[in-house]
Amino acid sequence: MAILEVRNIEKHFGATKVLEDISFSLEEGKALAIIGSSGSGKTTLLRCLNFLETPDRGVITVRDEVLFDADNKAALSEEAIRQKRLHFGLVFQNFNLFPQYTALENVTLAGKLREKDKSRWSAIETQGLELLDRMGLADRAGHYPHQLSGGQQQRVAIARALALHPDVLCFDEPTSALDPELTGEVLKVIRSLAEQKTTMIIVTHEMAFARDVADQVIFMDGGLIVEQGSAREVIETPREERTRQFLARY
Amino acid sequence: MFLTVVGALNQGFLQTLKLFAVTLLGAIPLGLVVSFGSMNSWQPFRLLAGREAYAAPGPWGACHRVLAGFRPIQAVTRLVIWVIRGTPLMLQLIILYYIPGKLLGYSPWGTGEPGRFLAAAIAFIINYACYFSEIYRGGIQGVPAGQQEAGLVLGMTRGEIFFKVTLLQMVKRIVPPMSNEIITLVKDTSLARIISFQEVIWAGQAFMKTSHGYSGLLWPLFFTGVYYLVFNGVVTLLLGKLEKKLDYFR
Repeated sequence: MAILEVRNIEKHFGATKVLEDISFSLEEGKALAIIGSSGSGKTTLLRCLNFLETPDRGVITVRDEVLFDADNKAALSEEAIRQKRLHFGLVFQNFNLFPQYTALENVTLAGKLREKDKSRWSAIETQGLELLDRMGLADRAGHYPHQLSGGQQQRVAIARALALHPDVLCFDEPTSALDPELTGEVLKVIRSLAEQKTTMIIVTHEMAFARDVADQVIFMDGGLIVEQGSAREVIETPREERTRQFLARY
Repeated sequence: MFLTVVGALNQGFLQTLKLFAVTLLGAIPLGLVVSFGSMNSWQPFRLLAGREAYAAPGPWGACHRVLAGFRPIQAVTRLVIWVIRGTPLMLQLIILYYIPGKLLGYSPWGTGEPGRFLAAAIAFIINYACYFSEIYRGGIQGVPAGQQEAGLVLGMTRGEIFFKVTLLQMVKRIVPPMSNEIITLVKDTSLARIISFQEVIWAGQAFMKTSHGYSGLLWPLFFTGVYYLVFNGVVTLLLGKLEKKLDYFR
């Protein structure tokens, strides 16, 4: 059964149409990779899922609960959006860690703000340490972001997103700001998340990674889904001419 | 003679310090309120007419677009900032101290030194709040948008994001320009001399005529410079310490 259902999403910035008729669904425990050239709408799509942008049309459903319906926008108070956002986690291209907090504090901050009962904060910290440990960063918990490499920062950001137990974890080009070596260590972490059946949407330019790790691939161009299907199908034997063109360089 | 002069100058400098401290205490928080006003994006006329009216060609559509884009709170705040920063503080002191008395027939400030202090403090707080607000605005807008987005995605409220994420990063950014303003404020307190507020310049100048039994002394006025210099040295050291303290993150 699909955990995420996206139907007919459309988004304009002024007169420019950036997303047109985007529909797809994702099953629990599966990984979806979104590929496509810059400006094709991939990032905007992720931002719509995380309520950082409001689609002009369409419906977003998670676990049969309608999170967003463009025909019923007025019903969304800021507080309601805040709750709905928690169904999704987002890992940014440039990490966006909070510089004044240590790695552990970055991971636990949001959880502590939601938990008014301070006696339960130690449990949040234990969980934060476990997450950092899973990212291979147990010995970096007390470091500030500027003391960490880009790859380490991105792994802290992944732990931070996981701390709130989102239904779907989204990655927006998580390795585009990293050199090949650091890219490797971040991809390794994402790969292990896939093995642990984390439901994920990954916007990426790493084609080999998408083919090997994702179950499903969407190729976008000019705000449209040109082609979608199983990862091997789309990347190794694309049906559409535009997809072949794009993948020719890889 | 020296001791008598120094005693008189000390008394004047105490008044200088009082005005300095009260101005800082008032202008630092008021400046934040003003900066929020100057960044306010409330557009009450945005939804008055349908999309067609805004898109209409010619003056009819243009008129709608201008009205829809109008931000009253921002406009009024920026107008006030323009007037306050665009006119001399000395003039503002004179107007605030004398004009209400002319209009009302009696002085609302009361008589004597306490009245002059009150009027001077209010004029200084308003003036410095406007300067501070622009520094704050720069500091807040200088924090990358990704910080706010990271907070939103983690389900934090706007208040939590401001106080837990943005504020400290903003403080770090504004310490150098604020140091400039604070040092200027130490010297600007001498402007209150124009409404006969008995600060240190007033006390020094008094010896040129007659004060404490001495007449025609020129050096006490020049000697007031030592007070400003020493005090600004202390202020510079303290602000330098604060800057160092915030060095733990980047």
